[in-house]
Amino acid sequence: MRKTALLIAAAALLGSVSAQAAEQAIHIDRQPWSFAGPFGTYDRAQLQRGYRVYKEVCSTCHSMKLVAFRNLAQPGGPGFTEAQAKTVAAEYKINDGPNDKGEMFERAGRVTDYFPSPDPNEQAARARFNGSLPPDLSVIAKARGVESGVLRGILNMFTQYQEGGPDYIYAYLTGYGKPPAGEELTPTQHWNSVFPGHKTQMPPPLTDGQVEYTDGTPATVSQYARDVSAFLMWAAEPHLEARKRIGFQVMIFLIVLAGLAYYTKKKVWADLH
Amino acid sequence: MSHSNYQPKNSVLAWIERRLPIFGFMHGSFVAYPVPRNLNYWWTFGGILSFMLGVQIITGVVLVMHYTPTSLEAFNSVEKIMRDVNYGWLLRYIHANGASMFFLAVYIHIFRGLYYGSYKEPREVLWILGVIIFILMMATAFMGYVLPWGQMSFWAATVITNLFSAIPVFGKSITQFLWGGYSVDEPTLQRFFALHYLLPFMIAGVVVLHIWALHHVGQGNPAGIDVKSDRDTVPFTPYATVKDNFALICFMILFAWFVFYIPNYLGHPDNYIPANPLQTPPHIVPEWYFLPFYAILRAIPNKLLGVVALFSSIIVLAFLPWLDTSKVRSARFRPLYKQFFWVLVVTCVGLGYLGSQPAEGIYVIVARILTAYYFLHFLVILPVLGYFETPKPLPKSISEPVLGKSGVAVGIGARAPRKN
Repeated sequence: MRKTALLIAAAALLGSVSAQAAEQAIHIDRQPWSFAGPFGTYDRAQLQRGYRVYKEVCSTCHSMKLVAFRNLAQPGGPGFTEAQAKTVAAEYKINDGPNDKGEMFERAGRVTDYFPSPDPNEQAARARFNGSLPPDLSVIAKARGVESGVLRGILNMFTQYQEGGPDYIYAYLTGYGKPPAGEELTPTQHWNSVFPGHKTQMPPPLTDGQVEYTDGTPATVSQYARDVSAFLMWAAEPHLEARKRIGFQVMIFLIVLAGLAYYTKKKVWADLH
Repeated sequence: MSHSNYQPKNSVLAWIERRLPIFGFMHGSFVAYPVPRNLNYWWTFGGILSFMLGVQIITGVVLVMHYTPTSLEAFNSVEKIMRDVNYGWLLRYIHANGASMFFLAVYIHIFRGLYYGSYKEPREVLWILGVIIFILMMATAFMGYVLPWGQMSFWAATVITNLFSAIPVFGKSITQFLWGGYSVDEPTLQRFFALHYLLPFMIAGVVVLHIWALHHVGQGNPAGIDVKSDRDTVPFTPYATVKDNFALICFMILFAWFVFYIPNYLGHPDNYIPANPLQTPPHIVPEWYFLPFYAILRAIPNKLLGVVALFSSIIVLAFLPWLDTSKVRSARFRPLYKQFFWVLVVTCVGLGYLGSQPAEGIYVIVARILTAYYFLHFLVILPVLGYFETPKPLPKSISEPVLGKSGVAVGIGARAPRKN
């Protein structure tokens, strides 16, 4: 009797809690990513396409200060050759110095250089974008995520869901649209279905056919968004492939070791009389 | 406290032993040391915790070699570790997830103590030392979380240090003293870094006392009765060592799952955004292991009382040996306490969930109920229960259920009973 009353009270509390929890979430679809799961690897061609989209579209406004040209040729990345990375770097003019005479000078980029930023400093960027600052994209794929409820969140632990960042970026890049009736936008605001508050300062960056793909991949907004999200994930987590590969080896080792340890324990304790 | 008359056979070791009996000490502590034969796997978490402390110190020392504790460079130097230091990503993910694993293990260890009455006479000092370790761990983990200088680092530091401003009269001065300025800034980061490096060694020191006290009074056990004869115990090596070893490896599998497959699962995406004092994140949440305490803090509308409740919820544990009036240690023989124990577990998990949610509406109401119950459990239920509960009959000795009265093994194997 007392137990039943307790259970009912607990269930009522749980019910009202989950009702409030359900109110908040914006739904974001999960995308199939090649780098998901225990054996995930980046799709080289996709990273190269993503790099193209980043370079031609994103990098006109966003910096990516933590990624260097040498990273493009690093194992587990987009798979550029050393020579290709050199060529990419050489296309940029880098401010260097001071030299022996104390003067700053311009030189061609080298593989050890980091991706140059589109604006010389934060103030310049803000002046260009009506006071708002386009975030640096180096770790953006880990700095964004999707909200999951408690049960889904616990399930994610077992399904190894770690792709909230790219899922959000994809949903954001493809989430532009007209504001619903009654919502007013200022001239610098744009309606986005997944952005928190829905009013984003970034204009829709992608249009069909904007970036030329040479490998026959459809040149659509959704494809661009998918490729650049994957590229940003690599930029944020360049050692993901090594991590998962070593992780599998460690797991096999530990599981075998656990088996041996278990039978050792069993044998030692068996003679205890 | 020596449990052996160990004499090294090697002449060099024997020479040293005559001058410093360290080998005999080690032998007495970790080989001959008698442990109750009925320990179950919940008793393996002490070893796991020692291992985690070692892991955290070793990875931490190497991380420090590459880390820069300045407000301009901290975030970037952590990213440099992730990108350019050889296996830097591995070190950092081990260290960051290691903190979580450390807390997971310590919570299991604490609840093990609560269930089996490990804090009761003569283990009060052992228990209090454990509470001190727990408090030091919380301070260390909190300061460590500040070091990457992301948004959550910065704002968690702001929220937690601001708690001290609730202290009457001196609050403001104390807070500014902690900050080293008028807000959380570079001086705060640098002192937190210094303390984050210092505290683990203090933990190690208290752990030595904790183990010393443990080896002096002897381990508790699932039956909660004293060791009465040699038949009740087995030597630490090989029996406890092989068992601890197996449990540790299983724990490492869980650890590796987080490090290699879901390294950012327990973190918050906002901490990959560099600290920005001008922009408050929409929800400031601490790491999962602080969530129950965070819920208690926010459940109370008055700031000072909230802080008092937060600290009381930890300090109350130190008084547990005197709050629990029952003479019976193990919940196995306390039918009512066993139920209240599980209600407490659910309460703590519930508080943890509420700590992760915004402090509004029904969440606050439920958090208040659970906070009240948390204190009710320790301050009212435990003292009263000892007088009203009729415990089940205790076994005569630890070995009795295993070996039978005659001392002859019952059944085959005669392993430690694992039911609990």
